[in-house]
Amino acid sequence: MPRGRDHRVKPPPFEYHAPGSINEAVALLASLNDAKVLAGGQSLVPLLNFRLARPAHIVDINRIPNLDRIYERDGGVAVQALVRHAGVEDSEVVARVCPLLSAAVRLVAHRVIRNRGTLCGSLAHADPAAELPAVLLALGGHVVARSTRGERTIPAADLFTSVMQSALAQDELLVEAWFPASPKGSAIAEESRRHGDFALAGAVRAGDRLALFGVAPTPVLADPKNPTHGLQPSGDLEATPEFRLHLVQVLTDRLFAA
Amino acid sequence: MKVNGVMHQAPGDPRRLLSDHLRHDLGLTGTHVGCEHGVCGCCTVLFDGAPIRSCLMLAVQAEGHELTTIEGLAATDAPLHPVQQAFHECHGLQCGFCTPGFVMSVVGLLRDHPDPTPEQVDEGISGNLCRCTGYASIRRAVIRAAELAPSPRRGEGRGEGRAVEGPNR
Repeated sequence: MPRGRDHRVKPPPFEYHAPGSINEAVALLASLNDAKVLAGGQSLVPLLNFRLARPAHIVDINRIPNLDRIYERDGGVAVQALVRHAGVEDSEVVARVCPLLSAAVRLVAHRVIRNRGTLCGSLAHADPAAELPAVLLALGGHVVARSTRGERTIPAADLFTSVMQSALAQDELLVEAWFPASPKGSAIAEESRRHGDFALAGAVRAGDRLALFGVAPTPVLADPKNPTHGLQPSGDLEATPEFRLHLVQVLTDRLFAA
Repeated sequence: MKVNGVMHQAPGDPRRLLSDHLRHDLGLTGTHVGCEHGVCGCCTVLFDGAPIRSCLMLAVQAEGHELTTIEGLAATDAPLHPVQQAFHECHGLQCGFCTPGFVMSVVGLLRDHPDPTPEQVDEGISGNLCRCTGYASIRRAVIRAAELAPSPRRGEGRGEGRAVEGPNR
Protein backbone atom coordinates (compact mmCIF):
# COMPACT_ATOMS: atom_id res chain seq x y z
CA MET A 1 0.00 0.00 0.00
CA PRO A 2 1.50 3.36 -0.95
CA ARG A 3 2.10 5.64 1.97
CA GLY A 4 0.82 9.18 2.25
CA ARG A 5 -2.53 10.52 1.21
CA ASP A 6 -5.10 8.11 0.02
CA HIS A 7 -8.81 8.29 -0.29
CA ARG A 8 -9.95 4.88 0.85
CA VAL A 9 -13.27 4.54 2.55
CA LYS A 10 -14.71 1.54 4.31
CA PRO A 11 -18.47 2.10 4.28
CA PRO A 12 -20.45 1.33 1.12
CA PRO A 13 -21.81 4.26 -0.91
CA PHE A 14 -24.54 6.29 0.76
CA GLU A 15 -25.90 9.80 0.65
CA TYR A 16 -25.38 11.67 3.91
CA HIS A 17 -28.03 13.91 5.47
CA ALA A 18 -27.68 15.90 8.68
CA PRO A 19 -31.09 17.41 9.50
CA GLY A 20 -31.23 20.25 12.04
CA SER A 21 -34.64 19.45 13.52
CA ILE A 22 -36.95 16.51 14.21
CA ASN A 23 -39.37 17.80 11.56
CA GLU A 24 -36.62 17.94 8.98
CA ALA A 25 -35.47 14.43 9.98
CA VAL A 26 -38.90 12.82 9.66
CA ALA A 27 -39.50 14.66 6.37
CA LEU A 28 -36.30 13.06 5.07
CA LEU A 29 -37.32 9.63 6.36
CA ALA A 30 -40.70 10.03 4.64
CA SER A 31 -39.24 11.07 1.29
CA LEU A 32 -36.13 8.90 1.03
CA ASN A 33 -36.03 5.30 -0.04
CA ASP A 34 -33.89 2.96 2.04
CA ALA A 35 -32.74 5.44 4.69
CA LYS A 36 -31.11 4.49 7.98
CA VAL A 37 -30.98 6.70 11.07
CA LEU A 38 -27.50 7.31 12.51
CA ALA A 39 -27.41 8.22 16.21
CA GLY A 40 -24.45 6.94 18.24
CA GLY A 41 -23.30 4.69 15.43
CA GLN A 42 -21.78 2.06 17.70
CA SER A 43 -23.77 -0.69 15.96
CA LEU A 44 -24.54 0.91 12.60
CA VAL A 45 -21.00 2.03 11.74
CA PRO A 46 -19.47 -1.45 12.31
CA LEU A 47 -22.21 -2.85 10.05
CA LEU A 48 -21.28 -0.21 7.45
CA ASN A 49 -17.57 -0.94 7.87
CA PHE A 50 -18.22 -4.62 7.23
CA ARG A 51 -20.61 -3.61 4.44
CA LEU A 52 -23.25 -5.82 6.03
CA ALA A 53 -25.55 -2.79 5.98
CA ARG A 54 -25.82 -0.92 2.68
CA PRO A 55 -28.42 1.80 3.13
CA ALA A 56 -28.83 4.26 0.26
CA HIS A 57 -29.18 7.16 2.71
CA ILE A 58 -27.85 7.93 6.17
CA VAL A 59 -29.90 10.39 8.22
CA ASP A 60 -27.55 11.61 10.96
CA ILE A 61 -29.67 13.01 13.82
CA ASN A 62 -26.72 14.22 15.91
CA ARG A 63 -27.15 17.86 14.78
CA ILE A 64 -30.72 18.06 16.13
CA PRO A 65 -30.78 20.34 19.20
CA ASN A 66 -32.78 19.67 22.40
CA LEU A 67 -33.00 15.94 21.87
CA ASP A 68 -30.66 14.88 24.65
CA ARG A 69 -32.75 15.30 27.79
CA ILE A 70 -33.50 12.87 30.60
CA TYR A 71 -36.62 13.85 32.56
CA GLU A 72 -39.28 12.45 34.86
CA ARG A 73 -42.79 11.91 33.60
CA ASP A 74 -45.79 9.71 34.45
CA GLY A 75 -44.04 8.01 37.35
CA GLY A 76 -41.04 7.00 35.30
CA VAL A 77 -38.08 8.40 33.42
CA ALA A 78 -37.98 9.49 29.78
CA VAL A 79 -34.75 9.33 27.78
CA GLN A 80 -34.57 11.25 24.51
CA ALA A 81 -32.98 9.99 21.31
CA LEU A 82 -29.56 11.62 21.66
CA VAL A 83 -28.88 10.69 25.29
CA ARG A 84 -25.71 8.62 25.34
CA HIS A 85 -25.42 5.49 27.47
CA ALA A 86 -22.86 7.35 29.58
CA GLY A 87 -25.42 10.08 30.23
CA VAL A 88 -27.86 7.47 31.52
CA GLU A 89 -25.12 5.86 33.59
CA ASP A 90 -24.23 9.18 35.25
CA SER A 91 -27.81 10.46 35.63
CA GLU A 92 -29.01 11.11 39.18
CA VAL A 93 -32.61 11.10 37.96
CA VAL A 94 -32.22 7.61 36.50
CA ALA A 95 -30.42 6.39 39.63
CA ARG A 96 -33.29 7.65 41.80
CA VAL A 97 -36.30 6.71 39.67
CA CYS A 98 -35.11 3.63 37.84
CA PRO A 99 -31.98 2.15 39.46
CA LEU A 100 -32.50 -1.01 37.38
CA LEU A 101 -31.72 1.04 34.27
CA SER A 102 -28.60 2.50 35.93
CA ALA A 103 -27.38 -1.02 36.68
CA ALA A 104 -28.25 -2.37 33.22
CA VAL A 105 -26.58 0.38 31.22
CA ARG A 106 -23.26 -0.36 32.94
CA LEU A 107 -23.34 -3.80 31.32
CA VAL A 108 -23.51 -2.31 27.82
CA ALA A 109 -20.11 -2.72 26.14
CA HIS A 110 -17.41 -0.40 27.56
CA ARG A 111 -17.39 3.17 28.79
CA VAL A 112 -15.74 4.43 25.59
CA ILE A 113 -18.58 2.87 23.56
CA ARG A 114 -21.13 4.21 26.06
CA ASN A 115 -19.75 7.71 25.59
CA ARG A 116 -21.12 7.65 22.05
CA GLY A 117 -23.81 4.99 21.79
CA THR A 118 -27.38 5.98 22.59
CA LEU A 119 -30.02 4.21 24.64
CA CYS A 120 -32.75 4.82 22.05
CA GLY A 121 -30.41 3.56 19.32
CA SER A 122 -29.98 0.29 21.22
CA LEU A 123 -33.75 -0.10 21.43
CA ALA A 124 -34.25 0.65 17.72
CA HIS A 125 -31.42 -1.72 16.81
CA ALA A 126 -33.30 -4.48 18.69
CA ASP A 127 -30.39 -6.85 19.17
CA PRO A 128 -31.88 -9.91 20.90
CA ALA A 129 -28.78 -10.26 23.11
CA ALA A 130 -28.81 -6.61 24.25
CA GLU A 131 -29.64 -5.61 27.82
CA LEU A 132 -31.76 -2.49 27.34
CA PRO A 133 -34.57 -3.96 25.22
CA ALA A 134 -35.06 -6.62 27.91
CA VAL A 135 -35.10 -3.94 30.62
CA LEU A 136 -37.76 -1.98 28.72
CA LEU A 137 -39.79 -5.19 28.32
CA ALA A 138 -39.44 -6.28 31.96
CA LEU A 139 -40.57 -2.86 33.19
CA GLY A 140 -43.37 -2.55 30.64
CA GLY A 141 -42.06 0.72 29.23
CA HIS A 142 -42.64 2.19 25.81
CA VAL A 143 -41.05 4.26 23.07
CA VAL A 144 -42.39 7.31 21.27
CA ALA A 145 -42.11 7.26 17.47
CA ARG A 146 -42.47 10.37 15.33
CA SER A 147 -43.19 10.64 11.62
CA THR A 148 -44.79 13.14 9.26
CA ARG A 149 -47.99 11.20 9.97
CA GLY A 150 -47.84 12.12 13.64
CA GLU A 151 -46.66 10.58 16.87
CA ARG A 152 -47.45 7.22 18.41
CA THR A 153 -46.49 5.24 21.47
CA ILE A 154 -45.26 1.69 21.01
CA PRO A 155 -45.34 -0.51 24.13
CA ALA A 156 -42.24 -2.62 24.70
CA ALA A 157 -44.29 -5.79 24.23
CA ASP A 158 -45.05 -4.73 20.62
CA LEU A 159 -41.70 -3.10 19.77
CA PHE A 160 -39.39 -6.06 19.21
CA THR A 161 -40.64 -8.22 16.35
CA SER A 162 -37.67 -10.40 15.31
CA VAL A 163 -33.88 -10.49 15.27
CA MET A 164 -32.86 -6.83 14.91
CA GLN A 165 -36.36 -6.01 13.69
CA SER A 166 -38.68 -3.58 15.38
CA ALA A 167 -42.20 -2.29 14.88
CA LEU A 168 -40.81 1.10 13.84
CA ALA A 169 -41.88 1.97 10.30
CA GLN A 170 -39.33 3.12 7.70
CA ASP A 171 -40.49 6.71 8.07
CA GLU A 172 -40.51 6.76 11.87
CA LEU A 173 -37.92 8.20 14.21
CA LEU A 174 -37.69 6.88 17.76
CA VAL A 175 -37.59 10.19 19.67
CA GLU A 176 -37.92 9.01 23.24
CA ALA A 177 -38.01 5.93 25.46
CA TRP A 178 -39.93 5.80 28.73
CA PHE A 179 -39.08 3.49 31.62
CA PRO A 180 -41.45 3.10 34.59
CA ALA A 181 -39.87 3.47 38.02
CA SER A 182 -38.24 0.16 38.85
CA PRO A 183 -40.02 -1.65 41.69
CA LYS A 184 -38.24 -3.08 44.72
CA GLY A 185 -36.63 -6.38 43.86
CA SER A 186 -35.38 -5.27 40.46
CA ALA A 187 -32.05 -6.53 39.18
CA ILE A 188 -30.23 -7.71 36.09
CA ALA A 189 -27.85 -10.65 35.69
CA GLU A 190 -26.02 -11.91 32.63
CA GLU A 191 -23.22 -14.21 31.63
CA SER A 192 -20.74 -13.35 28.91
CA ARG A 193 -17.39 -14.77 27.83
CA ARG A 194 -15.59 -11.45 28.19
CA HIS A 195 -16.37 -8.27 30.09
CA GLY A 196 -18.45 -5.98 27.91
CA ASP A 197 -19.44 -8.63 25.38
CA PHE A 198 -22.99 -9.33 24.41
CA ALA A 199 -24.41 -11.84 26.88
CA LEU A 200 -24.67 -15.55 26.16
CA ALA A 201 -27.85 -15.28 28.18
CA GLY A 202 -29.28 -12.70 30.54
CA ALA A 203 -32.23 -12.10 32.82
CA VAL A 204 -33.94 -8.98 34.11
CA ARG A 205 -36.17 -8.96 37.17
CA ALA A 206 -38.63 -6.12 37.70
CA GLY A 207 -40.65 -6.97 40.79
CA ASP A 208 -42.48 -10.18 39.90
CA ARG A 209 -41.76 -9.91 36.19
CA LEU A 210 -38.92 -11.65 34.39
CA ALA A 211 -37.52 -10.83 30.96
CA LEU A 212 -34.81 -12.87 29.26
CA PHE A 213 -32.34 -11.86 26.56
CA GLY A 214 -29.92 -13.70 24.28
CA VAL A 215 -32.10 -16.81 24.17
CA ALA A 216 -34.76 -16.00 21.54
CA PRO A 217 -35.14 -13.83 18.41
CA THR A 218 -36.35 -11.02 20.68
CA PRO A 219 -36.23 -10.36 24.42
CA VAL A 220 -39.03 -12.42 25.99
CA LEU A 221 -41.10 -12.41 29.16
CA ALA A 222 -40.93 -15.65 31.13
CA ASP A 223 -42.44 -17.27 34.18
CA PRO A 224 -39.97 -16.93 37.07
CA LYS A 225 -41.06 -20.35 38.34
CA ASN A 226 -40.41 -22.03 35.00
CA PRO A 227 -38.15 -19.66 33.04
CA THR A 228 -36.98 -22.09 30.36
CA HIS A 229 -40.49 -23.16 29.37
CA GLY A 230 -40.92 -23.02 25.60
CA LEU A 231 -37.46 -21.57 24.98
CA GLN A 232 -35.45 -22.78 22.00
CA PRO A 233 -32.21 -20.80 22.12
CA SER A 234 -29.75 -21.12 19.27
CA GLY A 235 -26.28 -22.55 19.65
CA ASP A 236 -23.01 -21.10 18.43
CA LEU A 237 -19.27 -21.33 19.07
CA GLU A 238 -19.64 -19.72 22.48
CA ALA A 239 -22.59 -21.63 23.91
CA THR A 240 -24.79 -24.61 23.10
CA PRO A 241 -28.58 -24.30 23.38
CA GLU A 242 -28.45 -26.54 26.47
CA PHE A 243 -25.88 -24.28 28.14
CA ARG A 244 -28.03 -21.23 27.44
CA LEU A 245 -31.03 -22.94 29.03
CA HIS A 246 -28.86 -23.81 32.03
CA LEU A 247 -27.79 -20.17 32.31
CA VAL A 248 -31.40 -18.98 32.18
CA GLN A 249 -32.27 -21.22 35.11
CA VAL A 250 -29.22 -20.22 37.16
CA LEU A 251 -29.59 -16.49 36.50
CA THR A 252 -33.32 -16.57 37.28
CA ASP A 253 -32.68 -18.47 40.52
CA ARG A 254 -30.12 -15.86 41.53
CA LEU A 255 -32.41 -12.94 40.77
CA PHE A 256 -35.36 -14.38 42.66
CA ALA A 257 -33.41 -15.83 45.57
CA ALA A 258 -32.96 -12.41 47.15
CA MET B 1 -13.21 20.72 13.43
CA LYS B 2 -10.48 21.49 15.89
CA VAL B 3 -7.82 18.81 16.24
CA ASN B 4 -5.23 19.29 19.00
CA GLY B 5 -6.09 22.98 19.03
CA VAL B 6 -5.73 23.49 15.27
CA MET B 7 -8.70 24.11 12.96
CA HIS B 8 -9.10 21.69 10.05
CA GLN B 9 -11.62 21.24 7.26
CA ALA B 10 -13.79 18.16 7.43
CA PRO B 11 -13.27 15.85 4.43
CA GLY B 12 -15.57 16.20 1.44
CA ASP B 13 -16.44 12.50 1.39
CA PRO B 14 -18.91 11.65 4.18
CA ARG B 15 -17.86 8.00 3.95
CA ARG B 16 -14.41 8.86 5.32
CA LEU B 17 -14.05 7.46 8.84
CA LEU B 18 -12.64 9.80 11.46
CA SER B 19 -9.78 7.37 12.09
CA ASP B 20 -8.79 7.40 8.40
CA HIS B 21 -9.20 11.17 8.25
CA LEU B 22 -6.87 11.69 11.20
CA ARG B 23 -4.25 9.32 9.82
CA HIS B 24 -4.37 9.85 6.09
CA ASP B 25 -5.62 13.41 5.64
CA LEU B 26 -4.09 15.08 8.70
CA GLY B 27 -1.03 12.81 9.06
CA LEU B 28 -1.75 12.13 12.72
CA THR B 29 -0.65 8.52 12.61
CA GLY B 30 -0.37 8.21 16.38
CA THR B 31 -4.01 7.15 16.34
CA HIS B 32 -3.74 3.49 15.45
CA VAL B 33 -6.23 1.38 13.60
CA GLY B 34 -6.71 -2.26 14.55
CA CYS B 35 -10.04 -3.96 14.09
CA GLU B 36 -11.95 -1.04 12.53
CA HIS B 37 -15.20 -2.11 14.11
CA GLY B 38 -14.96 -0.83 17.64
CA VAL B 39 -13.58 -3.85 19.47
CA CYS B 40 -9.84 -3.27 19.99
CA GLY B 41 -9.75 0.33 21.20
CA CYS B 42 -6.55 1.29 19.32
CA CYS B 43 -8.21 4.25 17.61
CA THR B 44 -9.55 5.90 20.78
CA VAL B 45 -9.39 9.71 20.73
CA LEU B 46 -11.01 12.44 22.84
CA PHE B 47 -14.17 13.96 21.34
CA ASP B 48 -15.09 17.12 23.26
CA GLY B 49 -13.02 15.69 26.10
CA ALA B 50 -14.56 12.20 26.24
CA PRO B 51 -12.86 9.12 24.76
CA ILE B 52 -14.59 7.62 21.72
CA ARG B 53 -13.71 5.16 18.95
CA SER B 54 -12.60 7.15 15.92
CA CYS B 55 -13.26 4.14 13.64
CA LEU B 56 -16.95 4.30 14.58
CA MET B 57 -17.48 7.91 13.63
CA LEU B 58 -17.70 9.55 10.24
CA ALA B 59 -15.23 12.41 10.01
CA VAL B 60 -17.99 14.81 8.90
CA GLN B 61 -19.68 14.19 12.26
CA ALA B 62 -16.72 15.80 14.03
CA GLU B 63 -17.29 19.15 12.32
CA GLY B 64 -17.76 21.82 14.97
CA HIS B 65 -16.26 19.62 17.67
CA GLU B 66 -12.90 19.43 19.43
CA LEU B 67 -10.70 16.38 19.10
CA THR B 68 -7.56 15.43 20.97
CA THR B 69 -5.30 12.69 19.65
CA ILE B 70 -2.24 11.17 21.32
CA GLU B 71 -0.14 13.84 19.57
CA GLY B 72 -2.10 16.54 21.39
CA LEU B 73 -1.43 15.37 24.95
CA ALA B 74 2.03 16.87 25.24
CA ALA B 75 4.08 19.04 22.92
CA THR B 76 7.23 17.50 21.47
CA ASP B 77 9.62 19.27 23.83
CA ALA B 78 7.31 19.49 26.82
CA PRO B 79 7.20 16.97 29.69
CA LEU B 80 5.06 13.96 28.99
CA HIS B 81 1.42 13.97 29.96
CA PRO B 82 1.05 12.25 33.37
CA VAL B 83 -0.60 9.24 31.75
CA GLN B 84 2.22 8.90 29.23
CA GLN B 85 4.76 9.35 32.03
CA ALA B 86 3.08 6.65 34.09
CA PHE B 87 3.02 4.17 31.18
CA HIS B 88 6.73 4.91 30.70
CA GLU B 89 7.59 4.43 34.38
CA CYS B 90 5.52 1.26 34.84
CA HIS B 91 6.38 -0.33 31.49
CA GLY B 92 2.71 -0.24 30.57
CA LEU B 93 3.56 -1.19 27.02
CA GLN B 94 5.63 -3.62 25.04
CA CYS B 95 5.13 -3.44 21.27
CA GLY B 96 3.22 -0.19 21.68
CA PHE B 97 0.55 -0.73 19.05
CA CYS B 98 -2.33 -0.48 21.52
CA THR B 99 -0.69 2.23 23.62
CA PRO B 100 -2.18 5.40 22.10
CA GLY B 101 -5.67 3.96 22.56
CA PHE B 102 -4.96 2.90 26.12
CA VAL B 103 -3.51 6.29 26.99
CA MET B 104 -6.54 8.15 25.60
CA SER B 105 -8.96 5.80 27.40
CA VAL B 106 -7.08 6.29 30.66
CA VAL B 107 -7.12 10.08 30.24
CA GLY B 108 -10.92 9.77 30.03
CA LEU B 109 -11.04 7.34 32.96
CA LEU B 110 -9.07 9.68 35.23
CA ARG B 111 -11.24 12.59 34.19
CA ASP B 112 -14.29 10.67 35.48
CA HIS B 113 -12.49 9.02 38.41
CA PRO B 114 -9.39 10.99 39.48
CA ASP B 115 -8.68 8.44 42.22
CA PRO B 116 -9.92 5.17 40.72
CA THR B 117 -10.52 1.97 42.66
CA PRO B 118 -8.98 -1.24 41.25
CA GLU B 119 -12.44 -2.15 39.91
CA GLN B 120 -12.75 1.21 38.17
CA VAL B 121 -9.29 0.73 36.67
CA ASP B 122 -10.26 -2.68 35.28
CA GLU B 123 -13.57 -1.33 33.98
CA GLY B 124 -11.82 1.69 32.48
CA ILE B 125 -9.30 -0.30 30.46
CA SER B 126 -11.60 -3.23 29.65
CA GLY B 127 -12.46 -1.79 26.25
CA ASN B 128 -8.87 -1.84 25.04
CA LEU B 129 -7.04 -4.95 23.91
CA CYS B 130 -3.33 -5.54 24.56
CA ARG B 131 -1.65 -8.73 23.36
CA CYS B 132 1.76 -8.17 25.00
CA THR B 133 1.67 -6.98 28.57
CA GLY B 134 -0.95 -9.15 30.20
CA TYR B 135 -2.43 -5.90 31.54
CA ALA B 136 -0.73 -6.07 34.97
CA SER B 137 1.74 -3.31 34.13
CA ILE B 138 -1.00 -1.25 32.49
CA ARG B 139 -3.09 -1.43 35.66
CA ARG B 140 -0.08 -0.25 37.65
CA ALA B 141 0.40 2.56 35.15
CA VAL B 142 -3.18 3.77 35.65
CA ILE B 143 -2.72 3.93 39.42
CA ARG B 144 0.61 5.72 38.91
CA ALA B 145 -1.01 8.17 36.49
CA ALA B 146 -3.59 9.01 39.14
CA GLU B 147 -0.75 9.80 41.55
CA LEU B 148 1.02 11.95 38.97
CA ALA B 149 -2.03 13.73 37.64
CA PRO B 150 -2.99 16.22 40.37
CA SER B 151 0.47 17.82 40.48
CA PRO B 152 2.85 16.30 37.96
CA ARG B 153 6.24 16.21 39.60
CA ARG B 154 8.16 18.82 37.73
CA GLY B 155 11.69 18.02 36.72
CA GLU B 156 11.49 14.34 37.47
CA GLY B 157 11.36 12.19 34.41
CA ARG B 158 11.62 15.22 32.14
CA GLY B 159 13.45 14.42 28.95
CA GLU B 160 13.01 10.70 29.39
CA GLY B 161 9.99 10.76 27.17
CA ARG B 162 11.67 9.24 24.16
CA ALA B 163 10.88 5.74 25.37
CA VAL B 164 7.19 6.39 24.93
CA GLU B 165 7.61 7.95 21.52
CA GLY B 166 9.36 4.85 20.23
CA PRO B 167 6.33 2.76 19.36
CA ASN B 168 4.61 5.73 17.73
CA ARG B 169 7.28 6.71 15.27
